Amino acid sequence: MICYLNFEFMRQVYLDNAATTAVDREVFEAMRPYFLKNFGNASEVHGWGQEARTAVEGAREKVAEALGAEAKEIIFTSCATESINLAHKGVVEAVLQQGETRDVRRKTKRPHIVTTAIEHKAVLETCRHLEEAGMAEVTYLPVDQYGLVSVGAVEKAIRPETVLVSVMYVNNEVGTVEPIAEIGRMLKKTKGIFFHTDATQAMQYLDCDVDKLGVDLLSFTGHKFYAPKGVGGLYVRTGAPLVRQMDGGGQEGGLRAGTENVPYIVALAKALELSSKFKVQSSKVMNLRDELIAGVLKIPGAKLTGHSVKRAPHIASFTIDGVEGEAVLLMLADRGIAAASGSACTSGALRASHVLLAMGVPAEVAHGSLRLSLGKETTEEEIEYVLKELPPIVKRLRQMAPRL
Amino acid sequence: MVFNFLVLSKDNMDLAYSKKVMEHFRHPRNMGEIKNPDGVAKVGNRVCGDIMKMYLQIDGEVIKDVKFQTLGCGAAIATSSVTTELVKGKTVGEAEKLTNEEVARVLGGLPIAKKHCSLLAVEALHQAIEDYRRKKK
Repeated sequence: MICYLNFEFMRQVYLDNAATTAVDREVFEAMRPYFLKNFGNASEVHGWGQEARTAVEGAREKVAEALGAEAKEIIFTSCATESINLAHKGVVEAVLQQGETRDVRRKTKRPHIVTTAIEHKAVLETCRHLEEAGMAEVTYLPVDQYGLVSVGAVEKAIRPETVLVSVMYVNNEVGTVEPIAEIGRMLKKTKGIFFHTDATQAMQYLDCDVDKLGVDLLSFTGHKFYAPKGVGGLYVRTGAPLVRQMDGGGQEGGLRAGTENVPYIVALAKALELSSKFKVQSSKVMNLRDELIAGVLKIPGAKLTGHSVKRAPHIASFTIDGVEGEAVLLMLADRGIAAASGSACTSGALRASHVLLAMGVPAEVAHGSLRLSLGKETTEEEIEYVLKELPPIVKRLRQMAPRL
Repeated sequence: MVFNFLVLSKDNMDLAYSKKVMEHFRHPRNMGEIKNPDGVAKVGNRVCGDIMKMYLQIDGEVIKDVKFQTLGCGAAIATSSVTTELVKGKTVGEAEKLTNEEVARVLGGLPIAKKHCSLLAVEALHQAIEDYRRKKK
């Protein structure tokens, strides 16, 4: 019961915004009428349907504007994972279908994908699926100690049969910002290679103009920038080949069947509209992040993971020697603080984070990983509270551990 | 209620710990070190995640005192704690019969992904008893 009381009065500090964000009040209000009043199916010709259609197409315009794209290049999906599946499987399948009409090398060899070892599972597992199905060959590029992939390495990995390059914009575990625009420029010199980026962690704070990035496909999800969970999108440049993965009706330009989730699509567009306003003030989040990083690094045995400068404004990530990540999370939770870890015990897979391992972090160190991710509501006081609470937690857990 | 909320908020039902696990994690029993133990063992390794050290003080085949040190997750700490509680005051023969299933049961169950953690505490206990027997010879 004591804990009950504690909970009621305990300070609540949410530093897991890279996992998901709350729905913004304005976003919630924008989507509300589409549940109760304007509930129509956007495929129908009557008034209800046309109202829904107008809302969906208005949302599409807004999303396109935020990405510097055309409305017809935006496909609404249920999440970034779906967008990523559609992008990778859709391009490979389209190329295989076109094989006969394209050049001979593509006909005789399996399509080849170049990606990185630090992608989200959505990309890695989709690539493995394509490999196992015998539909593609995949190169997983290594990264340096900061989690950066080199443009030169991407260029070297390209083969005549390469059809897709897929590199994430911001790594979700360590916050490293990958050189997407540079890779995009390099790929401009090539022909027949499509460039996909998983922009899930980038939408809120970084420039996602598809022409500046030079990408042909871009995946994202709403719940990282104050839209609800369950809605995402895929940008597909006009001319990029894509075979739909969800068969059925002719929704989303025939590229993603299924009745449009009208309220969530409206919410997604509204959230994106608000986030482009917020991008201007991302320096506030960045300053708080730097304060947090400086404070955590005062703990002996704490190290920053990821790049110190090429880093998303909202992600602070560390390894802390001599503690296990999940134990840290549980103790932080007891103090009302939400954080994340890539330790084996938090993954359920009994394996340390593939991202940290790819960056050359030893497994025994990777178990002590901690990610604190800020949001637009994060305050200075909250950062100070975390910096006050974390050091004694580390100290206590180290006291519990045997000497190594 | 609160326990569940805090742990469930990790977005993964598989990681939900019982109240008993959280209670042992928050207030571990018999944590620490015994100087000149009659039996001691260190199990696990840092690469796989958890390391556990168990110390026994034995008098006339009875476990008079037992302490543990653990570097590991919530389940690893809780299973270490409850294992020491279960064997303190028991004879070596009784302690030897302790199984992983019993540890998990006393804790009100462990999430499936965490079952392996209960193996480690009992393994540490068994090895510490073996160490005691070796030294006695």
